[in-house]
Amino acid sequence: MEIDPLIFRLSIFILSIFVGYYVVWSVTPSLHTPLMSVTNAISSVIIVGAIIAGLSGNSESVFNTSSIFGFLAISLAAVNIFGGFLVTQRMLAMYKKKKKDK
Amino acid sequence: MISANLSAIFYLVSGVLFILALRGLSSPETSRQGNFFGILGMIIAITVTFLSTDNFSTGFIFVLIFILVGGSIGAFIAYRIPMTAMPELVAGFHSLVGLSAVFVAISAFLNPEAFNLGVPGNIKLGSLIEMSIGAAVGAVTFSGSVIAFLKLQGIMSGSPITFKGQHPLNAIILVSIVVLIYLLCSSQSSNLFWILLAVSFLIGFLLIIPIGGADMPVVISMLNSYSGWAAAGIGFTLENTALIITGALVGSSGAILSYIMCKGMNRSFFNVILGGFGATEDTASNSSKEQRPVKSGNADDAAFLMKNASSVIIVPGYGMAVAQAQHALREMVDTLKKNDIKVSYAIHPVAGRMPGHMNVLLAEANVPYDEVFELEEINNDFANADVAFVIGANDVTNPVAKTDPQSPIYGMPVLDVEKCKSVLFVKRSLSPGYAGIDNDLFYKENTLMLFADAKKMTEDITKNL
Repeated sequence: MEIDPLIFRLSIFILSIFVGYYVVWSVTPSLHTPLMSVTNAISSVIIVGAIIAGLSGNSESVFNTSSIFGFLAISLAAVNIFGGFLVTQRMLAMYKKKKKDK
Repeated sequence: MISANLSAIFYLVSGVLFILALRGLSSPETSRQGNFFGILGMIIAITVTFLSTDNFSTGFIFVLIFILVGGSIGAFIAYRIPMTAMPELVAGFHSLVGLSAVFVAISAFLNPEAFNLGVPGNIKLGSLIEMSIGAAVGAVTFSGSVIAFLKLQGIMSGSPITFKGQHPLNAIILVSIVVLIYLLCSSQSSNLFWILLAVSFLIGFLLIIPIGGADMPVVISMLNSYSGWAAAGIGFTLENTALIITGALVGSSGAILSYIMCKGMNRSFFNVILGGFGATEDTASNSSKEQRPVKSGNADDAAFLMKNASSVIIVPGYGMAVAQAQHALREMVDTLKKNDIKVSYAIHPVAGRMPGHMNVLLAEANVPYDEVFELEEINNDFANADVAFVIGANDVTNPVAKTDPQSPIYGMPVLDVEKCKSVLFVKRSLSPGYAGIDNDLFYKENTLMLFADAKKMTEDITKNL
């Protein structure tokens, strides 16, 4: 009997929770705000689902109810991707070490 | 078009890059590289999605247009947002993740063929369960984040909104969500799907309104976690590893941050979620209100004290963010350092409105991160320091948390500010902090209250140094 592919996805999911647990505990508390903004940006990888939804229309009609929701989701996720990564970049650029000539 | 196996491998790669992005945040030196990995992972995921569809119709152009529109709005916000508004920004972004999860779920429900999930009215059972969970969690994330955003932005009052029967009502709604998912999966009815979404939006709203302003660090972290679980739910539906990995990472990240925040307040997660804190307690403490003498001073006195100190510890809090005093504070510290006074900063885990909020503000004001310390790192140093400069913090310095078992904040870890030789407390009035209790520190022999706006007072002190 074959194993349901769902079980493989579930394994990836559970193992990723553990990876996340250990990785996030190692994040220094002073970077907790950038952590939130970057997790925000990466969770917008949901855009891959939105793209599939947006492309679900056929060549005669690009827009149907389903693809319109897809396009809306694409733009929302894109706000997050660009906004999230750029604001994280901006914050991280501010963290500086003490200058030598203190 | 590339094969399904190849694209699955690329999604895995992008998932691994996201793990590296979080790993990079373990120190400020590696963090920028981490962010780069994150961006790379995202580019790979999007490119592979394009390559794996064989549908290069006009729809493709629209996809690009919508990415550009959303992307420019996002980039514009990211460059314009002031650092003091980060909590609002993050809450706002969470709501977008939630809403896009809902939209993707709706789209998949209406047109399951596009996702290989079956046909409308006969969607594969497993996919339907995953889809409805993703949609419900996404909806909760959306409406909850909107409320959090409104509270942080000040559009909605930060005080908890409670009413009779609130908890039973929430419990009934939560149970009804489970029942609705069950009914939806057995009947495939689209009406039930819409009802499920409406009820989920409602519960997100009801869950956040009873939670007060200063508990926002927990709320934001919690919503961060929800947005991850929503993404993971959709990831299962789409059978996409990148989404599943990311969802799990974000979900556990938010959960850990909520835990750290709750621990910083010595309150259980449920105590925060049930809400109402700060609204009920103040009646008890106000009744025993007595006038106790306080010593108050001006910028001149403060400057004199600091000039004669050899080490100063600064304790910033939310009030510093409100007054935008971080730059003025840095200038004051620069002057102190010129006089060979050792200065460090002490940050309480729940200072500000989101995890790490104070650190970002200090970094913005060019404070080197190796002068900024966490509670455990610096708490023993207060006894050896000459001056503690408390700016915009209150409850996190209250010694009552260590002495009075009756106090609502008893047991909360606090900064041992009172052990300093002298304490300078910048505050606008003697009003109690968020917890609604008086701060004993105000009345201590060695405390000098500086009643003024934090920014103005700091500037005045600098002039007098």
